[in-house]
This record gives sequence, structure tokens and C-alpha cells, in this order.
Amino acid sequence: MKFGILVSEGPYTHQSSDSAYQFAKAALEKGHDIYRIFFYHDGVNNGTRLTTPPQDDRNIVARWSEMAEKYNIDLVVCVAAAQRRGIADPEEAKRNGKDADNIAPGFRISGLGQLIEAGIQCDRLVTFGE
Amino acid sequence: MLHTVNKSPFEKNSFETCLRFAKDGSAILLFEDGVYAALQGTKFAPVVEEAMKSKTIYALGPDLAARGVSDKVLEGVKVVDYGGFVDLVAENGPVESWL
Amino acid sequence: MEDEMMEEGGVIKKFMYINRTAPYGTIYALEALEVVLIGAAFEQDVSMVFIDDGIYQLKKDQDTDGIEMKNFSKTYRALEMYDVEKLYVDKQSLEERGLTEDDLLVDVEIKTTDELTALMEEQDVVLSF
Repeated sequence: MKFGILVSEGPYTHQSSDSAYQFAKAALEKGHDIYRIFFYHDGVNNGTRLTTPPQDDRNIVARWSEMAEKYNIDLVVCVAAAQRRGIADPEEAKRNGKDADNIAPGFRISGLGQLIEAGIQCDRLVTFGE
Repeated sequence: MLHTVNKSPFEKNSFETCLRFAKDGSAILLFEDGVYAALQGTKFAPVVEEAMKSKTIYALGPDLAARGVSDKVLEGVKVVDYGGFVDLVAENGPVESWL
Repeated sequence: MEDEMMEEGGVIKKFMYINRTAPYGTIYALEALEVVLIGAAFEQDVSMVFIDDGIYQLKKDQDTDGIEMKNFSKTYRALEMYDVEKLYVDKQSLEERGLTEDDLLVDVEIKTTDELTALMEEQDVVLSF
């Protein structure tokens, strides 16, 4: 089956990102396809490379980046939500006159259309949020 | 349809609203803080027991264990792991998440 | 029917957007609306359902001057222009909050629990905010 996942909350504050990750991992282990993971609302904060979590706890952002690389998963951060919350890639930073970008490896910034498209293309769309 | 509830019934009305809209024959998965709805001896236990007559209720094992309540699950609630969560999604059709 | 089916790719799915949060206290109402507006371009079969505090998103006379937040309530009236016409309001949620259809800023269909349950069962994709 082809799964789409919507992550609506940021790392650590809510369990949403963790639950989404564990779900995605289990789905991949069962041989399913993860078409796209879309990060919306505060979920865009999963896409910053500037987190420094405590050493004795999971590194949520790095975990997503590693999963994306290992399984070639499309991690998409919503551009409008990202702009509101200060998540930018080099192009967005330049376009909006910012002096830095902070997107984590494996994530890309794109429009809300990518969420709708995932809904259209996937067999199942699962939301993790508050 | 698979319904999911991830918030405690003591915190939000998401579980209550989910039960109102879940058709007979639905599957409902409680996970994250939603697992607190699956426990014995709470004020929600009668509601859950009644719901189980017409719907199947599941609780996510890892979330029960994390919260130290694995041994307090209501009889009839089926405990699944993340693999089971994936199977529930695959087998039950569109997912309706009650946040 | 043929016209509706022959879009790019040809797939038309039933998308339901479930709104259960009040406006302004959190961003979910506003950002949910943004999904619906962008999603309109994909010409799917869209409905929006307002349940629990989601009802308050449609309350007339919102004035945000004092809280200095953007008043996005008139956007609900623009939905029609985007061919999003199926706005369903849960009767029980409305009554629990002491509101009637007259309190709402846009034309909606008031639905009972059973009617909404049946509608939900028809959907291909359900998005919750």
C-alpha cells in the first residue's frame, strides 16, 4: 500500500512526530511504500537542522533525515507554514531577504498542493497532530 | 474506516466525539495519551464497554507500556504494536484522526 | 459526469476537512482554511465539517482589532468562489453552544450525528485540523 503521512506538530513538545516516525518505520518494515510525509502547522519545525537535543534522548530531526535517505522518502515542509515559523532553505532565505537558512537534510520546502496530491495519490493518508 | 484518538479523554472531548461519529462496525485505535481511555476503573470504562458491543477498540501497546498502564487495560480492548497500527490502517480504509 | 471525471490524471476523490477548533486561540482554523483554498485547484469533491468548537469559526461579527490578529472570517464566504460549497455544521455542537444558524456568517447545512456519520463513511480522504 501507498501511505501518505501528515505531521502537524513540532518535535518534542508533542508526541506526534514520534508516533509518525514509528508508524512510518513499521510501514516500511512491512514493505509498504511511504509516498510522502508532509509537515504542516508546527510540524514544519521538524525540518530545522539547528536542534541540539540531549545526548541521552532521541534526535528527532536526524532520525527523519536518516529515514528519508535510507528509504528515499519525500519529506515536504509546507512553505506558508515554514515562512510563519522561520524554517527556510537557501532559496527561500534569499527570496525573503533572510541572512540564514536552516533546513535539515532530506527535507524540501513546497506548497500545500503536495499534501492534496498525496491525498489523491495514496491509498491511505494518516494524520499525526493535536 | 479506522478512527484514531490520541488525546486523553480527561483532557479533551476527542474520544467522546469520536464515539459519537464512529459507525457500528468501525475500528477505533487509541494511541499516545488516548490509551488512558482503554483502562479499567475510570469513569469512561462503562462508555468504552458499551462501545465495544458495536465497535472494535484497539490500544497501542508501546504507549500503554510507556505510561505504566499495560496491566490495566479493559477486557475486550485489543492491544497492538506499531505493526498492528499499520495493518489496521491498511485493512480498514480511510483514517479519521480525532485530535 | 464525464466532465468531472476527465481532469488531469482523471482521479476525483472525496475529501472531507474536519474542523473542531475555535479561531484565534490556535492557528489550526486559519491554516486549515489555507489547505482548503489551495486544495480547490485540484478540483476534488470537497466538503468541510464543523464540529465541537469548530462551529465558532463561522460565528458572525468577529472583530480582531483588539487582539491585533488577522480577521480571516470573511474567507469562509469566499469558499463558494472556489467551488467549495459543502459546508456542514454538526447540529449537536451548535445546540450545545447555544447557537443557531442565524449566528453563522455563511450558508451551511445543519446535519445530525447520523447524517454526518454517513457522510464520513463515504469519504476517500479525511483531513483533521
